[in-house]
Amino acid sequence: MFTRRTLLGAVAALSLMTGATGAVAQDKLYVPLISKGFQHQFWQAVKVGADKAGAELGVEVTFEGPDNESQVDKQIDMLAAALAKKPAAIGFAALDSQAAIPLLKQAQEANIPVIAFDSGVDSDIPLATASTDNLAAAALAADKMAELIGGEGKVAVVAHDQTSRTGVDRRDGFVNRIKESHPNIEVVTIEYGGGDHLKSTEITKAILTANPDIKGIFGTNEGSAIGVVNGVKESGAKVVVVGYDSGKAQKDAIREGVMAGAITQNPVGIGYETVKAAVAAAKGETVEKNIDTGFYWYDKTNIDNPEISAVLYD
Amino acid sequence: MSARESGLGGNAQQKLLAFASLIVLVIGFSLASPNFFQVSNIMAILQATSVNGVLAVGVTLIIITGGIDLSIGTLMTFCAVMTGVVLTWLGMPLPLGVLTAVGTGALCGFVSGGLVARMKIPPFIATLGMMLVLKGLSLIVTGTKPIYFNDTPGFTTIAQGSLIGQIIPLPVPNGVLVLFIVAGVAAWILGRTVLGRYTFALGSNEEAVRLSGVNTEFWKIAIYTLAGAICGIAGLLIASRLNSAQPALGLGYELEAIAAVVIGGTSLSGGRGTILGTLIGALIMSVLTNGLRVLSVAPEWQTVVTGAIIIVAVYADQMRRRGRS
Repeated sequence: MFTRRTLLGAVAALSLMTGATGAVAQDKLYVPLISKGFQHQFWQAVKVGADKAGAELGVEVTFEGPDNESQVDKQIDMLAAALAKKPAAIGFAALDSQAAIPLLKQAQEANIPVIAFDSGVDSDIPLATASTDNLAAAALAADKMAELIGGEGKVAVVAHDQTSRTGVDRRDGFVNRIKESHPNIEVVTIEYGGGDHLKSTEITKAILTANPDIKGIFGTNEGSAIGVVNGVKESGAKVVVVGYDSGKAQKDAIREGVMAGAITQNPVGIGYETVKAAVAAAKGETVEKNIDTGFYWYDKTNIDNPEISAVLYD
Repeated sequence: MSARESGLGGNAQQKLLAFASLIVLVIGFSLASPNFFQVSNIMAILQATSVNGVLAVGVTLIIITGGIDLSIGTLMTFCAVMTGVVLTWLGMPLPLGVLTAVGTGALCGFVSGGLVARMKIPPFIATLGMMLVLKGLSLIVTGTKPIYFNDTPGFTTIAQGSLIGQIIPLPVPNGVLVLFIVAGVAAWILGRTVLGRYTFALGSNEEAVRLSGVNTEFWKIAIYTLAGAICGIAGLLIASRLNSAQPALGLGYELEAIAAVVIGGTSLSGGRGTILGTLIGALIMSVLTNGLRVLSVAPEWQTVVTGAIIIVAVYADQMRRRGRS
């Protein structure tokens, strides 16, 4: 009884699966993307871009990632299964670069090109990295801030952290652009809230208390930006808030006018460029080492434009 | 029903058949994709089984007593973290790190056992509490950042090297060797020792065991302690595999281990179960996960199929039992 049923079940499941995959042509190039996540809207947007490039270039693309960003071992297992399929190239966004090195070396030995995406892979194995140019994106935030406060006055930065690549680049991109192009604006303080809503709220209130004449605050990621919005709301101050990324709270703040606008990355572009570079690398073409996938400024006026709303998530 | 279906022995027919369904899965995937039955992929499957397999062996012992342990996943992580503290932060030699992992596991298992046996807190609640406590402690100790083992050469060989590969030309990862050793020892304990006998007896009828003058508290705590030590070994394996102790990892791993145990025919109501069944259950889980990936089945469907297989396996097992009685 036990076997017959189990066997039947297994056979049924298998025939179902082979049926589903049987249609895939064998001679198509195959490019799996192993991402840091799967269910999050940001990653779904990356997948949309990857599928789009796959359809245009006539390659088979798969996209998977662990349930959450702590599951480093699950991601390694996914990478191992992807390698078993003898892909033409692999797209990879490492949760922990060091943990993935043995498998990346395996890919290198098998001559499978690796293209890093999003935060990338901390190793020289990937031929290219498709990600947001955070320095340039934060510089755009600085220009917008300058425009909004009339080119002079005091501003502050609430950053998400001082060690990660994105944290450092967004801070420096903003601060350097202010120094270079907007001499009448002074960055009075840079504080770190770890991207935590509550912590960033408290920091913002402290900044407002210490600098009552402050004109604008830049929050460097979703959590920081929401914290700044909350802090400004709670203290009832009138300052220009500029944010980063999206999410429901941030979008609402922009619609209500509490936040002037924000920078959004282009997750669709990240997926698209990753697959494009992977296919080029598989064909032996040279690929650019750093691929900027682009970013946009969005505010009340363009938040519902199709081009913008496609890259925003809740 | 016999309370003494022993470790690797027991109902030979059932295990032969469970094994057969594993083989059918392997053959099915091999026919469906030429990339499945390759040495490197089979090794990847075994490697992926090792951590879940060791956890499942540990929790099998507890489930046979009629209990449950939800803290095994985060306990594994906590053991990995403590190993990182000892090896990387304090710079102690490797054997001490191994001892730390097993010791931390045993100590936490002892605490869980005490909560269940002495303080009479239901196992589900006691270990749910432990699960959260240990998750928090891992984050506190590490300051939420992973600890790397770059200063301890040889640490990654615990799971990633291959002793077997040096003898025969099959690079079976050491992690798998560890899994088989742990399973062998656990099966021996269940089948051949007093502790094993009381494990089954507690799960069948705890009251009867107590009334016959056995110190049930002592034996129960002993089993939780042993299971904790086994989780420590799982912690060692995952840390070695990732060359790091990842403090945020661990939640959800308990359910995967419990699923493997259940697919392997161990009853959640206690008194019945085998280590070999659990091993096969763990292998079925990772063959499925890997096979579906190799076939490029969409991840959403992978989850659905895995869930369905768990239900089918347990239902089939119950039908078999009903047919026999």
